[in-house]
Amino acid sequence: MSLLRYESQVRPPIVDGNKDYHQVTEDICRPVETKPSKLWWIGFIISLGLLGFGVVSIYMDVVYGTGQWNLNKTIGWGWDITNFVWWVGIGHAGTLISAILLLFRQGWRTGVNRAAEAMTIFAVMCAGQFPIWHMGRVWNAFFVLPYPNTRGPLWVNFNSPLLWDVFAISTYFTVSLLFWYSGLLPDLATLRDRAKVKWRKMFYGLAAFGWTGSTKHWQRHEALSLVLAGLSTPLVLSVHTIVSFDFATSVVPGWHTTIFPPYFVAGAVFSGFAMVQTLLLITRKVLGLQDYITIEHIEVMNKVIVLTGSIVGIAYLTELFMAWYSAVDYEWFAFKENRLSLSSPYGWSYWLMMGCNVLSPQVFWSKKLRRNLLLTFFMSILVNIGMWFERFVIIVTSIYRDYLPSSWSTYYTPTIWEIGFYMGTFGLFFTCYFLFSKYFPVIAIAEIKHILKKNGDNYKEEMNKVEEKPLDKFTDDELHHH
Amino acid sequence: MGVKKFIVGTFYDEQVLFPAVKKVRKAGYKLHDVYTPFPIHGLDKEMGLKDTSLHVAGFIYGITGTTTAVSFITWALTVDWQINFGGKPFFSLPAWIPITFELTVLFAAVGMVLTFCWLCQLAPFVKKDHFNPRSTDDTFVMAIECTSKTNEEEAVAFLKSIGSSEVTVENKETGWWIGRYDQDTTRFGKKIEAV
Repeated sequence: MSLLRYESQVRPPIVDGNKDYHQVTEDICRPVETKPSKLWWIGFIISLGLLGFGVVSIYMDVVYGTGQWNLNKTIGWGWDITNFVWWVGIGHAGTLISAILLLFRQGWRTGVNRAAEAMTIFAVMCAGQFPIWHMGRVWNAFFVLPYPNTRGPLWVNFNSPLLWDVFAISTYFTVSLLFWYSGLLPDLATLRDRAKVKWRKMFYGLAAFGWTGSTKHWQRHEALSLVLAGLSTPLVLSVHTIVSFDFATSVVPGWHTTIFPPYFVAGAVFSGFAMVQTLLLITRKVLGLQDYITIEHIEVMNKVIVLTGSIVGIAYLTELFMAWYSAVDYEWFAFKENRLSLSSPYGWSYWLMMGCNVLSPQVFWSKKLRRNLLLTFFMSILVNIGMWFERFVIIVTSIYRDYLPSSWSTYYTPTIWEIGFYMGTFGLFFTCYFLFSKYFPVIAIAEIKHILKKNGDNYKEEMNKVEEKPLDKFTDDELHHH
Repeated sequence: MGVKKFIVGTFYDEQVLFPAVKKVRKAGYKLHDVYTPFPIHGLDKEMGLKDTSLHVAGFIYGITGTTTAVSFITWALTVDWQINFGGKPFFSLPAWIPITFELTVLFAAVGMVLTFCWLCQLAPFVKKDHFNPRSTDDTFVMAIECTSKTNEEEAVAFLKSIGSSEVTVENKETGWWIGRYDQDTTRFGKKIEAV
């Protein structure tokens, strides 16, 4: 026992059970090396079915155009862009866990970061579908890229938030993928070196890029992770800021709001953590990883949820106050008549959002409820419904009554193909997640080993014994060890 | 690069490994490398490795991205094809900040990862000789290179005396080659003699 490995007993252990390095490898590799359970197959087949529904919906969109989504002259962004912002937001928790918590040296992130980063990548893949297929003439999608063309060349509008989005989302996807995969390399090497079957040796040998675990390589790997974390932190803030600019830089009442960037980022982290909870509660149960994704992890994430949920609540109240205080008739109308008023066509959605996002997370002030798995699971779903409605409220209630009262009568409801497209992204997301949980280690093996002797249950027990010694003796023992 | 002879010692506890590394260096042996299943902070210093300058490379890639974005957008919107967007100036720098920032991050991240892979020789289909398959599981593997001055028996005894659980003498290829892990291939088809 050395001082380097000592951690205060105030912090609970984050790896439960009597583990050593080899046991960690065994536990986390087991789901990858054994046949998937029946539950896995059921989930995977349902996901594939949803994905199929999505593919058909997209086919309908490409053949018949976005008109068959019930979008109309007033409501050009309906479910589609709502879903886009929702998915991007969900992705943000992964980056928050992997990057920001790395910079803050939060040990508990190691249990959840790998799955959360995977979630980020899949969520961004889903998000990207919406603006692309919303283009209608999707075969011209490459027009968004600034390439030398025969139309002048006519360059893209670098001053437009929609183009900023193109750069932000593609950069975010690329950087998240690199961060995730570079972190995976050592763990894939672990799987490669344990492989007994031919295809496994080949697949993981290929995927691990010839990683050996050399100290020099680890040194570079650590430097790379740290810098990528440092880059991802402002990146994740910039991405949702830019997404919020899609609205905030316009002159539409309800969108023209300076509070949007921080409000969107907080909301993104909020919904992302809810999705992480949904996924991890299932993952830990199905794959039997309760020792690594412990109740402590769940509780800490619930704390983040109540914090970000309350930030979101303050943002809602601030924008409401500013709408009134600005004395702009149009702005106040959008809030008073389109959102607050329950008798307005979409008034219900505003109050649903308020209830799910602001009121319901307040239950997590109670420690007992934060540690209740069933409630956490229920809340994680509720929060994601609420956050979906937040984007729906922002988009639809702001534009369904525009400056032209003659177009007010058009009440917008989605068609089956618009819903199918959304369901299809669930299919894509979960298909990817199921494949990931089967073929990749869902927990960062090397990172768990790195914190094991500081935060493992059995090692903390030993520290307890150390603390019983008088302080003089304790420091004396520790200093003479080296 | 090439096939070399190594004294390979295995350790199961980093608390034993640390002082062992120090002693091996003090005794004047040529420490080839230490392979560990997870990063051990301070081990690089203990081995006398220099700090990596990967972050400097990252900074250079980053400013390359910044410069690329600013200069390209400036050229496209003020020189090549001026477009009047709502009467705003052609050179509207504040509106370019988001894209400039994104390209800075993109260049830095992609550049750094590629440099990392280049420096560590990491790529699909890259194959290397490994000292111990458990060095990615729970074993710390120290490899000492045999030089003309090394007395093998003495070195083996020395490694055992400083806490190594098992010590072997092995010939290993230090370079990399294109190959698959499910096939027995060697660099340039050279056969490695067992010791």
